[in-house]
Amino acid sequence: MRKEFRESINTALQNPNLTGALGRFSEAYRVSRAKAYEGVDFEAVRTQIAERKGYAASHLDELTDRFTENMESRGAKVFRTDDPAKVREYILDLARKNDVKTIVKSKSMASEEIHLNPFLEKAGIEVRETDLGEWIVQLAGQRPSHMVMPAIHLTKEEVAGIFSDKVEEGQPPDIKKLVTFARGKLRGKFLAAEMGITGANIAVAETGTLVIVTNEGNARLVSTLPKIHVAIVGIEKLVAEFADVVPILTALPRSATAQLLTSYLSIISGPVPNTDGTPKQLHIILMDNRRTEMSHDPKFKQALQCVRCASCLNVCPVFRLVGGHVFGKIYTGGIGTILTAWFDALKASDEIQSLCIQCGNCTEMCPGKIDIPGLILELRRRIAVEKGQTIAQKAIFSVVNNRRLFHSMLRTASLAQKPLKKDGFIRHLPFFLSDMTEFRSLPAIADVPLRDHFTKIEQPECKEKAAFYSGCLIDFAYPEMGESVIKILNKAGIKVTFPEGQTCCGAPARFSGAYEVAAKNAEDNINALLTEDVQYVVSACPTCTVALKHDFIANFESLGKTESLPHARQLAAKVYDFSSLVKKLVEEGRLTFKQGKELGKVTYHDSCHLKRTLRASEPPRELLTKAGYEISEMYEADMCCGMGGSYSLKLPEISAPILERKLTNIKDTGAATVAMDCPGCVMQIRGGLDKNGAKIKVEHTAQLLAEELE
Amino acid sequence: MQATFDQFKLRAEAVSAEVHRFPTRSAALEFILTYLQETGVADSPSCYAVWADCPFLRGLNKQQLAANVPGLTFDVTREKAAASKIGISQLDWAMASTGSLVQDSAPVERRLVSTLPNIHIAIVETSRILPDMPAVFSKVHPGRTNYISFITGPSRTADIERVLTIGVHGPEKLIIVFVDETGSVN
Repeated sequence: MRKEFRESINTALQNPNLTGALGRFSEAYRVSRAKAYEGVDFEAVRTQIAERKGYAASHLDELTDRFTENMESRGAKVFRTDDPAKVREYILDLARKNDVKTIVKSKSMASEEIHLNPFLEKAGIEVRETDLGEWIVQLAGQRPSHMVMPAIHLTKEEVAGIFSDKVEEGQPPDIKKLVTFARGKLRGKFLAAEMGITGANIAVAETGTLVIVTNEGNARLVSTLPKIHVAIVGIEKLVAEFADVVPILTALPRSATAQLLTSYLSIISGPVPNTDGTPKQLHIILMDNRRTEMSHDPKFKQALQCVRCASCLNVCPVFRLVGGHVFGKIYTGGIGTILTAWFDALKASDEIQSLCIQCGNCTEMCPGKIDIPGLILELRRRIAVEKGQTIAQKAIFSVVNNRRLFHSMLRTASLAQKPLKKDGFIRHLPFFLSDMTEFRSLPAIADVPLRDHFTKIEQPECKEKAAFYSGCLIDFAYPEMGESVIKILNKAGIKVTFPEGQTCCGAPARFSGAYEVAAKNAEDNINALLTEDVQYVVSACPTCTVALKHDFIANFESLGKTESLPHARQLAAKVYDFSSLVKKLVEEGRLTFKQGKELGKVTYHDSCHLKRTLRASEPPRELLTKAGYEISEMYEADMCCGMGGSYSLKLPEISAPILERKLTNIKDTGAATVAMDCPGCVMQIRGGLDKNGAKIKVEHTAQLLAEELE
Repeated sequence: MQATFDQFKLRAEAVSAEVHRFPTRSAALEFILTYLQETGVADSPSCYAVWADCPFLRGLNKQQLAANVPGLTFDVTREKAAASKIGISQLDWAMASTGSLVQDSAPVERRLVSTLPNIHIAIVETSRILPDMPAVFSKVHPGRTNYISFITGPSRTADIERVLTIGVHGPEKLIIVFVDETGSVN
């Protein structure tokens, strides 16, 4: 990571206007978005969008031809090009031929993608953004910080300052007055401009139609007043049929701004008369800029399903801290990282892809059903392949991949830390490791790891068997969690085994893009876990569970290791996360809770992988309630705690404020205990609470349940 | 009809539109003329009112109307519309699910009067309220006109500090006038 990038992150984090505005917005957004979707089946709508736009992405040439034919039959001109330079030249040429001196623009990401404004301005043409936020940003000489709200990082005082400096002195910091001022100033530009440039939200091939949504009414004026209208449209905006606009227009305003519909919707299918009766010159530029290439990439084709609503930015725990400027490019946030890798260059996404903590919030909200974190991982993998791993990464993975070495190092660490340990926490670590404990205490490494202690645990003879997959954290830091799992399963008549050959689940390697390393981990684990004849394979770590159940398969698939797939699937079929297995056993009547217990208030933190990949947010809540706990829900219970595996080591400056929010939400419930199903979250949250001196117990659900079963 | 009207009204008012309903064309006309007078429409720049030709006006004496209300004109130019306080037009359909109005806007004067003035008065026949977007698209289709507009409330922005502010480039007021009497439309 370059120093400049780190600095830009820190600059953003230290800008209270930015983090304040984005933070408040992200909180309000979730509520108002949910309200806007009342009575709408979001899953059905987004399935339709993904399907319709997915179809379009596989038929780009055909749809381009149909669109062109239909538009041109009514007198419009359609120009298709892959080359951004040709787009710029086409517009400049058109402007020169028609003696254009002023251009008014309504929002167009595609035009920003190709840096159109500076190009035209250099040629002596005045180019005016007319979307209020874009105009402010243009006047300030800045870049938009958010796709839908370009000036969200500026306060009214700053806007008044920009207007006073650049347009007319003495503007007061009064929002209504600033808006009225902008209306007055831009009105003259609209009336004088000889050319108007817009983007488009949808382009329909069947009818040759552009669909443009705005709230301010500027696209309506840009497409009405000047005699020339140029629409710059990325070809991913194409859909086959006019009926396809319905699901998109159902989702786009709701997801973008929590509106049922924007104030204005313009559906343009050809030139209309100008105010002097002449027909308008309508030019549509269908811009490719690597989109076709993207459509041929089996992984990235789905990114063309994006409708540019920016909801992936709005729900991202990282974006709401750092905003759009750290991305350094036109497209920001999760989808922006992916688009930058394509429209700019893979290496342009090298640093920004590391901002993704892989919590999966964005995928839940995406109207195009794009697996944004999955694609970012794929970028990470391709970057790792292209430039190779760093020496430090290589060293780590060579250890992780060597089970014996890895485990003996952890054991040595357990001895080395002795003088530092107090109450089971490491408070001060020497050398470079000290950064890691700045905002949270780290757990002490257990004196005896679970794997060494396991044979000494007494278990009854049972008919059924379950293999316990501990994962590194339970094995070496929290063996007591494993013991609770064993105790509970024994009560259900299941004997627990600990297959010795198990090793790291491969998540650290996978999340760093080192898929070959992860695949080696997968093979070792499959061998270890399939040698024993067990009915269940259970893990009390959701990240490990996801690896066992989904990622081993995904890894083999992306590496083309088809010969390993049958065993991976055989294993996946037996894998359960702790709470889902216990819930199943309770339902089967094999486990019964002690009656009449009143255990007090707990609050529950949803771990990202448990909630969004394993879809198991209810089982732990149900079990805790049945045991006699009263669940007091915290605000944003399913928001990431900032751990993200090695993320908290790579970007502690981001991990810390995410954790801070989580701790506040936990404390606000007044519960004495916070429960969760992930040892990684326990490490982060317990460490954070310890560091800030709060006396709230942080427990894995297994530990809270162990004593409550008959 | 009442239920769809109620739903429309609820949705439209939620996005800051004003909704009125009159049984007859003459009652609606009286409301509009009174409103023009009360709002200070006059024969001077920035006080004009522009009214785009529409079925509602069929059979009415436009000259007489213009004579009675100084500043009101039916001859819509961009200069006149830009200098007007009020623009009046008739919309083809209303969509209950979002409180939107829908219009074939290919004739430019329809867009000028509904975008440039501060206030837009939108006339709609009550029987032309449709439930949702698929229903609207069964009536208006891009194959038949080159410009279809949906208007949902007045022009708005939240670009400064996310504070909702009404009236940016389009009107800051949208007054919807429903007329029950049929036959006043195309």
